[in-house]
Amino acid sequence: MILTSITIILAVAFLLYTLLGGADFGAGIIETFAGEKQEKTISRAIAPVWEANHVWLILAVVILFTAFPAVYASIALVLHIPLMIVLIGIIFRGTAFTFRHYDVIDDNTHQYYTILFRVSSFLTPVFLGITLGAMMLGRITFDTNAGFYAMFIAPWLNVFCIVMGIFSICLFGYISAVFLVGETGNDRERRKYAMFAKQFMIASMIIGILVFVSAEFSGHPLTKEFLKARFSITMLVLVLLLCPFIWVFLKRKNNKTIYLRIAIGMQVTAVLAGWFTIQFPVLIHVQNGVHLTLYNTRAPDKTLEQLLIALLVGLVLIVPAFAYLFRVFKIREFES
Amino acid sequence: MDDLLAARMQMAVSLGFHIVFACIGMTMPVLMAFSEWRYLRTGKQVYLDVTKAWSKGVAIFFAVGAVSGTVLSFELGLLWPGFMKHAGPIIGMPFSWEGTAFFIEAIALGIFLYGWNRLSKWAHWISGIVVGISGVLSGIFVVAANSWMNSPAGFDWKDGEAINIDPVKAMFNDAWLSQALHMTLAAFVSTGFAVAGVHAWLLLKNRRVEFHRQAMKTALVFGAIAALLQPLSGDFSAKDVAKRQPAKLAALEALYKTSKPAPLVIGGIPNDRTEKVDYALHVPGMLSFLAHGNFKAEVIGLDRFAVEDRPPVLVTHIAFQVMVACGTLLALTSILYLLFSWRNRNLLIKKWWLRLLAIMTPVGFIAVEAGWTVTETGRQPWIIYGIMRTKDALSPMPGLRYSFYVITAVYILLSFIIVWLMRRQIKTIHEFYPSSLPQ
Repeated sequence: MILTSITIILAVAFLLYTLLGGADFGAGIIETFAGEKQEKTISRAIAPVWEANHVWLILAVVILFTAFPAVYASIALVLHIPLMIVLIGIIFRGTAFTFRHYDVIDDNTHQYYTILFRVSSFLTPVFLGITLGAMMLGRITFDTNAGFYAMFIAPWLNVFCIVMGIFSICLFGYISAVFLVGETGNDRERRKYAMFAKQFMIASMIIGILVFVSAEFSGHPLTKEFLKARFSITMLVLVLLLCPFIWVFLKRKNNKTIYLRIAIGMQVTAVLAGWFTIQFPVLIHVQNGVHLTLYNTRAPDKTLEQLLIALLVGLVLIVPAFAYLFRVFKIREFES
Repeated sequence: MDDLLAARMQMAVSLGFHIVFACIGMTMPVLMAFSEWRYLRTGKQVYLDVTKAWSKGVAIFFAVGAVSGTVLSFELGLLWPGFMKHAGPIIGMPFSWEGTAFFIEAIALGIFLYGWNRLSKWAHWISGIVVGISGVLSGIFVVAANSWMNSPAGFDWKDGEAINIDPVKAMFNDAWLSQALHMTLAAFVSTGFAVAGVHAWLLLKNRRVEFHRQAMKTALVFGAIAALLQPLSGDFSAKDVAKRQPAKLAALEALYKTSKPAPLVIGGIPNDRTEKVDYALHVPGMLSFLAHGNFKAEVIGLDRFAVEDRPPVLVTHIAFQVMVACGTLLALTSILYLLFSWRNRNLLIKKWWLRLLAIMTPVGFIAVEAGWTVTETGRQPWIIYGIMRTKDALSPMPGLRYSFYVITAVYILLSFIIVWLMRRQIKTIHEFYPSSLPQ
């Protein structure tokens, strides 16, 4: 019961990070394609909320090392290199964005922040995707005699993980474009974001198929497991059914952006829920060994109990505050 | 550089960098809320201007603090997986409370920074108060996790595994209160004096600027009160360390031989070979008094510990001397400040006084870095005091030094950019805030 609740909160934190953090990363990706004219809208859209959005990652990490310490320690050990790159990306993205936004003098130094912001907006999602891919793929080994390459490189530097990385970019770009449609009053700009949304939607689907194909070639039974899981198939159907709905709403001139946001929220939730069902209860697939699961890595009951209390109290405080933040900056804007 | 040293250095660089932003993140919201409160009460534009000007700097510091904090939550595992595997379930609780507090802080700060025109005045002020409270709380929770490493509690250690875990006991360990108190006060001292110093320096260019006068005053009030309380908190910490971590006390005092009574060693360079402190000033019996409240008490020296259990004496001792010297300097300045405010206010705008404050700008942060060095280096060779050695917690990945080089380069680069951005902000204050023009 306690373990289930904590798992749910972990999953929700992960989902919210994918959605909100993803929209943030995506904003940098979209800005790269959209060019300088869109810089203002994008900055205005993410400035008040980006820090809060990224705390979901911290929350997920804290839950991981408290409740599933072996999982955290194992990822940190064998995926040191991709995680280090993720961290560098996080540092440069957050700081470059803030520096650009808060610098009082707008001169040519801003182009350096812009480059840093955009590059790290790609780099971080790619390596987050790679990390996740490595946890799924099952090439992780804790055998120190296997050699540096086998232990610290091979688990993540492969076709499947790279496809996962590219998938993250497409997904984040898609989420962000759909969010940004509602962030501007300018009709031309909105059409531009709608176009990006459609392109990234198509790209996400193609790369999504490639995830399955590359899994097949890498000897990971993703397709087989997927076809066995009825819930996951349902989720995929839901994702596909929502696509034409979003497509049509992107076309509408005075669209109700809130429906778009709900729809994309449902899509991302469905993707992650479908994926989680296939994975459950495994968190890390291990080569020649026992997979690390929610059960065999769980912390003692007393820890889980205290963690759950902290999380519940935390959520009681955070959720209304978070809702208020979004109400002040995201909903009132539509009304005015 | 071997990997253990590289990992320790990376941790030192990351924490040493983050701690500056954490201190600013704990203190500035309180100063801003105070200044805004004065504006709400008096309606004087200058207080509002000060609040707004500060908030623009704080936004930058806060963002850097947030990302460098995120980095630390990963680095603990990237560098010390052996530590986190065991410590995670024990000290996860303060970290999860810290996460909550930081979350609230980030949300409230977003509202505070961007909500000037969207909220009523008092609602806006309350968001500032929330930032302040949650900022201080998140600092206290993180320190609680660190204090557990100094004073492990809430578990039994059997055959290399932690059993009978009690996270509540772990969080409220013996070192928790003294460390949290010392760190919180340190945040206020360092940030208060740094901010006051910058405004004093600007006042030296033109002393008739109301904006800088008020800003300096607000920062100095908090800095001075904290600086005067800090020696008391330091005394509390010293007595606690004497009881719990005699090896740390011996190292920071460079007391090689168990003595009764023990002298206080001021300054000097400890020499591990001769086990003497060269060029130092010895005050007889003073250490016995400071550590145990009795001039004749015995103080345990390093000779009671096997060589492999001793902390590095040179670094710990010098860092401690630096911390105490800086703290004393600031406390004396604070006494002067309070005396002048009470009896002789016109001195507070004299050139020599402003110069003194300007010189004090970095002193508080030097003390913070030195103090942090004392507590971390003084705990060595242990990562969990008496339970797990730092070297046994190290990641077995070869080539850790490269991540140390990268992180160090990144943080040096960021430091330069931040200083540069702050200079730009300061240069343009008068364009945005009329009250910052000379009257």
